[in-house]
Amino acid sequence: MRLLNRSVNGLAGRISRRRRGPVAGLLVLLLGLVLTGTMYAAFSPANASRTTAQADEQLIQEGRELFLVGCSFCHGQNGEGVRSDNGQLGPSLVGVGAASVDFQVGTGRMPMQQPGQQAAVKKKAYTDEETEALAAYVASLGPGPAIPEESEYTLDGLSEDERREAVVNGGQLFLTNCSACHNFEGSGGAMPQGKVALPLRDSTEKHIYEAMITGPQQMPVFADSVLGPEDKASIIAFLESTKENPDYGGFEMGGLGPVSEGMFAWLVGIGSLVGFAYWIAAHSARSKRQETSA
Amino acid sequence: MSESVAKTNGPNAAVTKKPTRGASAVTWADDRLGLATAAKKNLRKIFPDHWSFMLGEIALWSFVILLITGVFLTFWFKPSMGEVEYMGSYAQLRGLHMSEAYASTLDISFDVRGGLLMRQMHHWSAMLFIAAMLVHMMRVFLTGAFRKPRELNWIIGGLLILLGIIEGFAGYSLPDDLLSGTGLRIADGLVKATPVLGTYMSFFMFGGEFPGDDIIPRLYMAHILLIPGLILALIAAHMLLLVYHKHTQWPGPGRTEENVVGFPMLPVYAAKAGGFFFITFGVTALMGGLMSINPVWKYGPYNPSQVTAGSQPDWYMGIAEGLLRIMPGWETSIFGVTLSWNVFIPGQLMPIILLAMVLAWPFLEAWVTGDKREHHLLQRPRNAPTRTAFLAAMITLYGLLWAAGGNDILAVIFHLNLNHITYFMRGAVFVVPILVFMLTRRWCISLQRQDNETLLHGYETGIIMRSAEGGYTERHLPISPEAAYTLTARDRDTVHEVEAGVDENGVPASGGRIAAVRARLSQAMYGHNVQKPTAQELDEGHHHAEDEHAHEIEAGLDHSADGHQFDGRHPVEGEELRSH
Amino acid sequence: MSDHQDNLPATGHTDGAHPGGHAPARVEEPIANPGMERHLPRPTDVDEAAAKRAERQVATFFVISMISAVLFCVAYFSFEVGESPDTFGRIGASNLTLGLSLGLALLCIGIGVIQWARKLMADVELSEPRHPVASSPEDRSETLAALSQGLEESGLARRPLIRNTLLGSLAMLGLPAIVALRDLGPLPDIKNTLEKTFWTPGARIVNDVTGRPLRPSDLEIGGLVNAEPEGLVEPYDGEREGIEYLEGVELLAEKGKAAVIVVRMEPEDVTEETSNWGVEGIVCYSKICTHVGCPISLWEQQTHHLLCPCHQSTFDLADKGRVVFGPAARALPQLPIEVGPDGYLVAVSDFREPVGPSYWERG
Repeated sequence: MRLLNRSVNGLAGRISRRRRGPVAGLLVLLLGLVLTGTMYAAFSPANASRTTAQADEQLIQEGRELFLVGCSFCHGQNGEGVRSDNGQLGPSLVGVGAASVDFQVGTGRMPMQQPGQQAAVKKKAYTDEETEALAAYVASLGPGPAIPEESEYTLDGLSEDERREAVVNGGQLFLTNCSACHNFEGSGGAMPQGKVALPLRDSTEKHIYEAMITGPQQMPVFADSVLGPEDKASIIAFLESTKENPDYGGFEMGGLGPVSEGMFAWLVGIGSLVGFAYWIAAHSARSKRQETSA
Repeated sequence: MSESVAKTNGPNAAVTKKPTRGASAVTWADDRLGLATAAKKNLRKIFPDHWSFMLGEIALWSFVILLITGVFLTFWFKPSMGEVEYMGSYAQLRGLHMSEAYASTLDISFDVRGGLLMRQMHHWSAMLFIAAMLVHMMRVFLTGAFRKPRELNWIIGGLLILLGIIEGFAGYSLPDDLLSGTGLRIADGLVKATPVLGTYMSFFMFGGEFPGDDIIPRLYMAHILLIPGLILALIAAHMLLLVYHKHTQWPGPGRTEENVVGFPMLPVYAAKAGGFFFITFGVTALMGGLMSINPVWKYGPYNPSQVTAGSQPDWYMGIAEGLLRIMPGWETSIFGVTLSWNVFIPGQLMPIILLAMVLAWPFLEAWVTGDKREHHLLQRPRNAPTRTAFLAAMITLYGLLWAAGGNDILAVIFHLNLNHITYFMRGAVFVVPILVFMLTRRWCISLQRQDNETLLHGYETGIIMRSAEGGYTERHLPISPEAAYTLTARDRDTVHEVEAGVDENGVPASGGRIAAVRARLSQAMYGHNVQKPTAQELDEGHHHAEDEHAHEIEAGLDHSADGHQFDGRHPVEGEELRSH
Repeated sequence: MSDHQDNLPATGHTDGAHPGGHAPARVEEPIANPGMERHLPRPTDVDEAAAKRAERQVATFFVISMISAVLFCVAYFSFEVGESPDTFGRIGASNLTLGLSLGLALLCIGIGVIQWARKLMADVELSEPRHPVASSPEDRSETLAALSQGLEESGLARRPLIRNTLLGSLAMLGLPAIVALRDLGPLPDIKNTLEKTFWTPGARIVNDVTGRPLRPSDLEIGGLVNAEPEGLVEPYDGEREGIEYLEGVELLAEKGKAAVIVVRMEPEDVTEETSNWGVEGIVCYSKICTHVGCPISLWEQQTHHLLCPCHQSTFDLADKGRVVFGPAARALPQLPIEVGPDGYLVAVSDFREPVGPSYWERG
């Protein structure tokens, strides 16, 4: 979710500009994908009796109810955002799309416990169904990125060679676009003023994809027009493949690079060698028996 | 030392009256080399035994391990920046264009059996080499072992640390991975900040514009020939001087400035030093086998448009890194030239100043004390409070700068604000070392005072006596003569008085101002120290204690237990074993 | 403190034989040196059974070492490295077993030898006299005499011409030594190297890695692209005519200067001056830090701040790349961009100032 700092007046202008702009086609496509997603949900056995439209309507309604209870305090009754005296309480959610909701709520970032620099990752507050409903409601507020299909973030259907090539390419994309903040093996890193780029090791493939298309918090957006879906899928495949790699050289001490290595050189290396030196020079036990034997 | 051990181990055991095979070997060798005269004295040369005397050995043995593992690596490493397409075993990088240096590093890591182990051992022992030199240097500093006649060895040691750090940086840069390339790029920035000559130095270093294709072969030559050669020569000089001066020793019963007490080189010291080599080697091998270090395959080949969070140099560059990070962004543009204080001061000036300060200390101290005698007995750190406090302050500064060099890692691990750490460090590097200096000095002086208490009034037995009036006192007992001697075996400090700065005519005496500075320094460094009691004071102290004891006996307070039984410090009748 | 005055002379360095004070210090002793402590034997010295036990202990260590050395060889041939390495859990098996066996083999020799020294070798502490480091006065004066005789016989002092010309010729040898290093690198042609990058007017901004050119509409608000000028990345859609594609050393050198980041912000958040060089809130900056040259792309889309991961210099991209924190002194150079005739983002010109770290001639 982008916490955009903009006035409500500016918002209308931006949306209309977008509609005129070449992004519109893409947005229509994304909207289509959202609808496909909800349709899929609608056709799952439990809802088999309902028609698509009804199911949609139902889901959005459910989402709206949940939204009014859990989200509207900060984001406004209709997701229009709330401004407090000292800035933004919650940004507008119009146009952020279902992917944003799925990422923010699905990783436990939202609802936030208190306004702050960065939404902390917590235990999830909503079930998957509730998240889906919230996503459907927010998606209904304005067109935005949809929740990606599994086929988008995995490299299924590629041959082994193509897959390997994609992984290598994903590694270069990762080191060019991602490692500056997230570290060379996705261990995370520090950002200004107490913020952090989080570790990627425990993130799911879907959430990584959603983060790239929505640009949560301070993270920049890597739109599909800039970094194509297949590029994103390669980055994710690269991250997955590094997880599968064995630790060739032994235990990895946090994956934080030379700082932790230096610490271990001192603690383990110098520590144990000084211990040995102490033992070498320590005087061993003495006997007084000489007196009796002499 | 190790060489002479190996050469003479066999012959010595066999030098007996009978013409054994060993003896004839010695004869054969001596006929041609004439070494017996020199060996005669040195085979049984005495080395004092103390754990802190072995710290330098860790560095020495680490260097040997570096040579061994380094030779192994050179069999496969290709120091070339020629571009190749990687087709090796590591799938994530296959098909990428990279330098031969990086590709061969990957081959060593993945396709040469034991290659990864050797790489990791080489890197770990490089870190241990510099760390051990540093702790060795601290030991020498804290105990005053750098005093006359060993000032030159102190300087050689300082140069060894400097060379070790440069050698380490060169090695860190060789694999041409993303981290080492980033390191070289920073080095390029540092060089460019040199006034007047910066760009010339940078272009000559890289053979043109950064990164060029010359730097890796050039660093390789420096890393495997030039710098190790210099290090080896300096180590040889360091060891020769050590043997010539004979090792320092702690004061104690029978140990004086005129002798050295310890174990003979053959067999005990040779065994201990040789054994320690294997232990150091073994620990390094275990570290190389168990703990991953510098996983270059994860960083990818160097690409000047890529970077990773947590871009850090190895620990020994940590202070330069910290200085660079906390320096405010000052730059002057004047008369058409640019002076980058923000890089020049932390990157070039400060390391030189810090090193010069450390190297100059022995001469500064000798000048202030005016002491021209030789010193072979070590000082306990507490008996040189100013020096100890200075080192504590320097260690603190080093630690702070090291932490500042890893401020991003600290921010992530301890959930701190990156900017706050930097702001804090900007002040802390000035304030905290001074606080540590003052605290350490006071602490040392209190310890000196406590030593005097122990000498004059005995040690605390822990036995509480209750008098008839209901008052409680703890019984103090005199320490053993050996312990008392050890405590008093130290010099008294001389404090120079400010002499009259003018002659009869009111003209300032030549050198008067310098003498005044010296007197003030002398007062500041030694004026507050507690001096050991005189023989007379000791006598009075003992009489006082005896009087007290006599009083207790008169008052019927004496107890058959005099306390010695419980403190474990004294041999007591009927006790078979005791620890030393 | 008054008792210090009489202290130094008493410590025995007034010995006339060593006027320079070369004699060792002598500690003034309020308590007489009690002499070396009595040597106490160890259990192994007096108890043959204990000694035998220690001997077996030491031998055991050596045997473990032998076994470990053999295990090293077994491990060397048993575990695969390369493409599909054997593992124990997640740990690479070859490295782990080689390290453990080699470490054990070495460590056991070390421990065994030291145990031997501690338990079985004679442990009587011996004393050896020290001698002053300085030579005896006789030796010294003889050396000085030999030195001056040598100098005298050489005539160096009497024939200053020879001495001075020799010194001069030796000093002059420094020149060849320095001059011979001249070809280490070219002289810095700053105009054509440090002050020039690969950007030319009309050069397309293309995505680093993929090489895809950018249209303004490709970037969303808050979007970031790591980019290069066309020609420094493998072409996206086949090579275009008129574009020079670099490789090898040249490529790395140019990439090290020309790398840029393109970001899109709300146009009203961007200062007038900044947006003049951009398109609809899209602005382009050098990716090379002005501090010591790390590539930077840690951009925060809400604060518009860009952080360098090496030394934490922070720049405000909404305001001409102004330094807001850290050791960098200069703003990040902005690349003026516009929309080219075919709708793609292109550079208006090269950077208007040198990118990367400062240098003396920068002015």
